[in-house]
Amino acid sequence: MIGSHIRSQFPILHQQMNGHPLVYLDSAASSQKPIQVIEALKYYYENDNSNVHRGVHSLGTRATDAYEGAREKIGRFINSESPVQIIFTRGTTTAINLVASSYGRSVCGPGDEIVITPMEHHSNLIPWQQLAKVTGATLKYIPLQPDGTIHLSDVEATISTQTKIVSITHVSNVLGVINPIKEIAAIAHKNGAKIVVDGAQSTPHMKVDVQDLDCDFFAFSGHKMCGPTGIGVLYGKKNLLDQMEPIEFGGEMIDYVELQSSTWKELPFKFEGGTPIIAGAIGLGAAIDFLEDIGMDEILKHDREITAYAYNRLSEIDELKMYGPAENRASLITFNLGDVHPHDVSTVLDAEGVAIRAGHHCCQPLMRWLQVSATARASFYLYTTEEDVNRLVGSLLKTKEYFGHAIR
Amino acid sequence: MQLDDLYRRVIMDHYKSPHNSGTFDDGAVTVEMNNPTCGDSISLQLLLKDGIIERAKFKGEGCSISIASASMMTDAVKGKKIEEALQIANDFSAMMTGEDAEFEYEDIQALSGVTKFPARIKCATLSWNAMKKGVALSEQESKT
Repeated sequence: MIGSHIRSQFPILHQQMNGHPLVYLDSAASSQKPIQVIEALKYYYENDNSNVHRGVHSLGTRATDAYEGAREKIGRFINSESPVQIIFTRGTTTAINLVASSYGRSVCGPGDEIVITPMEHHSNLIPWQQLAKVTGATLKYIPLQPDGTIHLSDVEATISTQTKIVSITHVSNVLGVINPIKEIAAIAHKNGAKIVVDGAQSTPHMKVDVQDLDCDFFAFSGHKMCGPTGIGVLYGKKNLLDQMEPIEFGGEMIDYVELQSSTWKELPFKFEGGTPIIAGAIGLGAAIDFLEDIGMDEILKHDREITAYAYNRLSEIDELKMYGPAENRASLITFNLGDVHPHDVSTVLDAEGVAIRAGHHCCQPLMRWLQVSATARASFYLYTTEEDVNRLVGSLLKTKEYFGHAIR
Repeated sequence: MQLDDLYRRVIMDHYKSPHNSGTFDDGAVTVEMNNPTCGDSISLQLLLKDGIIERAKFKGEGCSISIASASMMTDAVKGKKIEEALQIANDFSAMMTGEDAEFEYEDIQALSGVTKFPARIKCATLSWNAMKKGVALSEQESKT
């Protein structure tokens, strides 16, 4: 398994936390960074740092080459038709907001529909709520099955010829559900709608091919896939990106500026106003080199194995309830331990050196659907080992014992 | 990091059987507050008369610390003049920032352990913030 072999390349994992070796099980919130990415950022700042696309000096050329090289690499990574369809953003949230504010406002009006699901992260929910409010469009939800999955018959029933945009997560950050994007895209297109895919939780763990998925827009974040924070990507089909207006205006994105009006640069620059996220993009490029070196198929295999192992081990704990489907799930497990509140679970685990997430995971509507106020979540990545899972299970048993005495 | 510093017996007792839990009808000001980062929520009712908090009840969703803190807060402010209640809230804030504070209602002292768990301070302060907001709302209403 790559889990134990790869750990030496993640410096942060080799530390004591509250008197125990750190077990990091919060990669769905943000992954840790390998030394290769940390070194790439250091190298850039020590050797190539400069602004891009403006100066004629040699440093400027090197910075530009590194930045645009990262764009090409990322384009190949998700099989974009061309690098100009890779727009750098601050993260998934900014990418989805760009689609909603630019494309969304140009196509939606009263009587039109925007279709999403109750499992969406707030970042793929609120931009559409706001768009519906501003344009008078209706926001509709594809219903979920009891295990949190969606049925294509419900997708068919919800999307209509009035639907302009369907926006859906590839992988749920709470349920671990993997949605059938290709099939949903086909239904959207049949009705004349465009599909936006939130790839924040899928891109780190599996090979993404935007052409095969036939999605119109695809958004993801660097920091969840071994890259730095503050860098994300919006991929879009070229004809759509071409027709979209920028939403941020300033330097770098203009062609001609006159006193009363201006024109924009070509793709992708018209969407990257201001000094872009140069180091972030280069860091994300290094993360992709790192992931591809291991192989996305290997990573997927490891993540599935470790998740299946965790699912079985957690099933052994009495009173532990897991949410989401038992089969075909992504590498995270959301749960509650009897009556013990997830904050309390998380605090006891933290005292044991085990870091998990507790709360609503930016999915308040989904928490209401699950009829809970909060949940705990353990999420796994390429550096997670069976030993990590064993420590999680041991700490959960301790939590049960601790609160068993304390409460009863 | 000692868990027993956080989960003291008295805190667990309040959590297990919170005092002043529930609602009442007459002339109360109601404050809904939640902690958006974690999902804890409280609905607090206060009945103020002649500058005194006559009744205080709450309904809450949350962890042991937030429920225990709400239970203690309502106990502590009931029957107190508004200025006294706000003073207790200030003392509580001070305790949460690591300062020494003493309370007539001694149970509150048990929450001092929360300061060793910075991520949990917001759980402890939620109900106190709701009380301060409720008092402000009530004073606004009485002026209009």
